[in-house]
Amino acid sequence: MASVSVLAERSRGLLARPTATTGFWSWITTVDHKKIGILYGVTAMFFALVGGTEALLIRLQLAQPDQNLLSPSAYNELFTMHGITMVFFVVMPLSAAFFNYLIPLMIGARDVAFPRLNAFSYWAFLLGGIFIYSSWFLGGAPNGGWFGYAPNAVVDPTRGMTFYAIGLLIAGIASTVSAVNLAVTVINMRAPGMTLFRMPVFVWMGLVVQLLLAFSLPIITVGLVELLFDRRFGTHFFDPSAGGDPLLWQHLFWLFGHPEVYILILPAMGIVSEILPVFARKPLFGYQFVVFSGIAIGFIGFGVWAHHMFAVGLGPVANTAFGISTMIIAVPTGVKIFNWLGTLWNGDIRFTTPMLFSIGFIAMFVIGGLSGVTHAVVPSDYQQTDTYYIVAHFHYVLFGGAMFGLLGGLYYWWPKVFGRMLNERWGKVQFWTILVGFNLAFGPMHVLGLQGMPRRIQSYPESLGLTFWNLVSTIGAFIIALGVLVFLVNAVRSFRQPREMVADPWDARTLEWATSSPPPDHNFDEIPVVHGLDEVWHRKYAETEGGRVVPVPAGGSGESEHGDAHGIHLPGPSYYPFVASLGLPLAGYGLIFNWWLVAAGLVVTLTALYGWVLEPSAE
Amino acid sequence: MAAIEHAAVTEHRTSTGLPNMKLAMWLFLASDCLLFGALISSYVLYRGASIVGPYPNDVFDIPYTSVSSFVLLASSLTMVLALSAIQRGDQGRFRVWVLATALLGMTFVGGQVYEFTTFHDEGLSLTTNLFGTTFYVLTGFHGTHVAVGILMLLTLLSLSLAGRITRERAETVELVGLYWHFVDIVWIVIFTVVYLIPTGNPG
Repeated sequence: MASVSVLAERSRGLLARPTATTGFWSWITTVDHKKIGILYGVTAMFFALVGGTEALLIRLQLAQPDQNLLSPSAYNELFTMHGITMVFFVVMPLSAAFFNYLIPLMIGARDVAFPRLNAFSYWAFLLGGIFIYSSWFLGGAPNGGWFGYAPNAVVDPTRGMTFYAIGLLIAGIASTVSAVNLAVTVINMRAPGMTLFRMPVFVWMGLVVQLLLAFSLPIITVGLVELLFDRRFGTHFFDPSAGGDPLLWQHLFWLFGHPEVYILILPAMGIVSEILPVFARKPLFGYQFVVFSGIAIGFIGFGVWAHHMFAVGLGPVANTAFGISTMIIAVPTGVKIFNWLGTLWNGDIRFTTPMLFSIGFIAMFVIGGLSGVTHAVVPSDYQQTDTYYIVAHFHYVLFGGAMFGLLGGLYYWWPKVFGRMLNERWGKVQFWTILVGFNLAFGPMHVLGLQGMPRRIQSYPESLGLTFWNLVSTIGAFIIALGVLVFLVNAVRSFRQPREMVADPWDARTLEWATSSPPPDHNFDEIPVVHGLDEVWHRKYAETEGGRVVPVPAGGSGESEHGDAHGIHLPGPSYYPFVASLGLPLAGYGLIFNWWLVAAGLVVTLTALYGWVLEPSAE
Repeated sequence: MAAIEHAAVTEHRTSTGLPNMKLAMWLFLASDCLLFGALISSYVLYRGASIVGPYPNDVFDIPYTSVSSFVLLASSLTMVLALSAIQRGDQGRFRVWVLATALLGMTFVGGQVYEFTTFHDEGLSLTTNLFGTTFYVLTGFHGTHVAVGILMLLTLLSLSLAGRITRERAETVELVGLYWHFVDIVWIVIFTVVYLIPTGNPG
C-alpha cells in the first residue's frame, strides 16, 4: 500500500490509527482476540492472587477461636471483596480468556465478529475491577456480601456498597457487550462446513454462557440501578418504611445470580469435555447429549433462583416448586457426568496434568453437586442456610469445579497460546497439592456447617467446639496457596525455555490445533473446510475395516497449505475502545463525588464512540 | 454502526446469511427486553403500595400523554419511510424523513420533560413515595432510550449530509430503525401498564 494514501486515510480520523505491533501500546490498542484473551487471563490471575490473599486473611482470623486479627468491619469487607473478586474478576474473566482466545480458532474464524467491541469489553471489565478496588482508599470497601442484600446494603453508612453497585454496573456493561459479540461470532462466523453440531462442546458451552449473560445481566443491572438510586437519590425501592420490599432485591439478584452460577461452571464443563477425549483417545461419549444437557442447564437455570431464598418465607407452594425445579436441574448435570465417565471407559488414558485436573473436576464437582441437591430439600435447607455447609458446597462447585476445569484448560492450551509446554512434573505436583489442600480447606466446612457454625461471622467462642476443623481448614487454605505458588514457578519456568513450536503436542482433535502454536495473527493461512466433528483427528487418523485406528499417511488428507498471509484483511488496532471505556469509571466516580465528573465521563465516552464510528479502516 | 466500514471490506459471507450487525442488534434488543421487564416488574410490584400521595390518579393527564404517545408511534412510520427512501437511493427524502423522525422523538421527550415538571409541581418527586420512585425511574429509562435514539438519528442525518450514507449502507439505517421501533413498542407496554390500567389507590 502506498504511504501517501495511508496518510490521507489517517487524517480523516479523530486520532491517527495506531501502528505499534509490539510493546506497551500494542497491548493498549490491540483488537486481536488472542491478545485480548491473554489480557483477560493475566488480569484474572492477578485478581486471583488478590482474592486468594483475602481468603488467607479470613482463614487466619478463623484459625483459632476468639481471635482479633481482623476487626469485624474489616472481616466484612474481606469476605465481601473475596466473593466479588472470585466471581466477577477471576472465574468470569478467566472463562472469557478461554472464550476469546479459542472460539475463533475452534470455529475456523480470523477474529471475533466485532474486534474493537471486544477490546472495549476487556478495558471496561478491567476498569470496573479497579474501580471497585479503589474503594479501599476512598472510604471503605463493599461490606454487605457479594449478594448485597437490601436493606443492609442501602443503609450502610460507608461508601462501600455504592462502589459495589457502580463497579458491577461497569463490569456488567463489559460482559453484556462481550456476550453479544461472542454469541454473534459463534452463530455467524463459522468456517465452511462447521455446522452447529460439528462445533466442539467448549464452543457450545460458550454460546450458552453468552446467552445466559445477555439475558441475566439486564436483571441485575436494574437491581443495581435501584440500589444505587436508593443510596444516592433517596428513592424507596427497598425501603420498608415507605412500603418498599427488600425481597425485591433478592428476587432481582438471584434471577441473575443463579444463571450466573451456570455462567461460572459451564465454561469449565466445556473445557473438560475437550480434554477428556484427547487423553482418553476416544471421541466424547454422547456428544449430542452433552450439548443438549448444557442447553437444558441454561434454560432450567432461569427457573431455580428462589432456592437461594427458602428461608425468607415465600410459602410452601413457592418453596416446593423451586425445590423440585432445583432437583430437576441435577438431571442434565448428571447426564454430563455419566457421559464423561463413558468417555473414560475403555479409553487409552494418559494421565497428563490437564487430564488429572479434569478427573479431579469430575470428582470434586460430584461432591459439590450432591451437597447442592441436599439444599433442594427445603426442610434440610432451613438447617443449612447461612451455615458453613453452604460455603463448603459452593466452594466444591466453584473451586473444585470451575477452577479445576480452568486450571486443566491452562495446562492444556498453554502450548497453543505460548508455544511452550508447562512442565508436567511440576504440574502434577501442583495438582496433588491443590487437591489435598482443597479438600482439607473445604471438606471440614461441611462438618462445621452441620454443627451450626454461621457464615460471615468474624469469630467464634472456644466453647462451641469448632476449633479443630477450623484449624484444619486454615492449614488446607495455605496448602492451596502453596499449589498456586507452584503454578507461578511453572509458568515463569516455561518462559525461560525456548519456544518449541510444536503445533499439536497433545495429539488433539479440534480445529485450534490445525494451525501453528502460537497461531499467526490471522489464525489460519487458509480458512479450513470442515468435514465433521473432531476435524483435526480425522485429518490425522482413519479407521480400518476392522475398526482399528491407523494414522493417515503424511500428506494424505492432512492440511499442508503453504499459503502466505498475503491479501488477508485484519482489522487494525485502535485507541478508541480504551478511551471509550475510560469514561465509565470517570462517570462512576462522578456519581459518588462530583456531578461534573459524570458529565466529563459521558463526554469522553461519547467522543470516543464517535471517533470509533468514523475511524477509517486501516487498509 | 462502528463495524460497518469493516463489514464492507472483510465480511463476505456469514454462516446464517444475516449480517453480523443485525444479529448483534437483535441480541442486544432481546437483552434490553429483560431490562425493561425488570423495571416494569418493579413498577407493577409496587402498584398501589404507596403510603402517601400523590397517587397516579392525582397527577395523570391521560389525553395529554395519549397525544404524545401518538407522536412517538407516528415516528415509527417516518422511520420506515426513511429506510425505504435510502434503499431507493433517494437522499433528499431520506433526510426529510430522518429529520421528521428525530423531531417527533424530540417532541415526545419534550412532552415527557413537561409532564415530569408538572408532576413535580403537583408534589410528586422521585423520593415522595413508591409511585414516584418507580414511575420516574421506569419512564426516565425509557426517555433516555429515546434520547439515545434521537442522537443516532441526528448522526445518520449528518453522515448523510457528509455523503457517507449511501444506498449500499442502508443497513446502518435499518439498524437504527430496529432500535427505534423497539423503543416505540416498549412505550406501548409502559403506557398501557402505567397509565391505562387503573390502580386501586385512594384519590
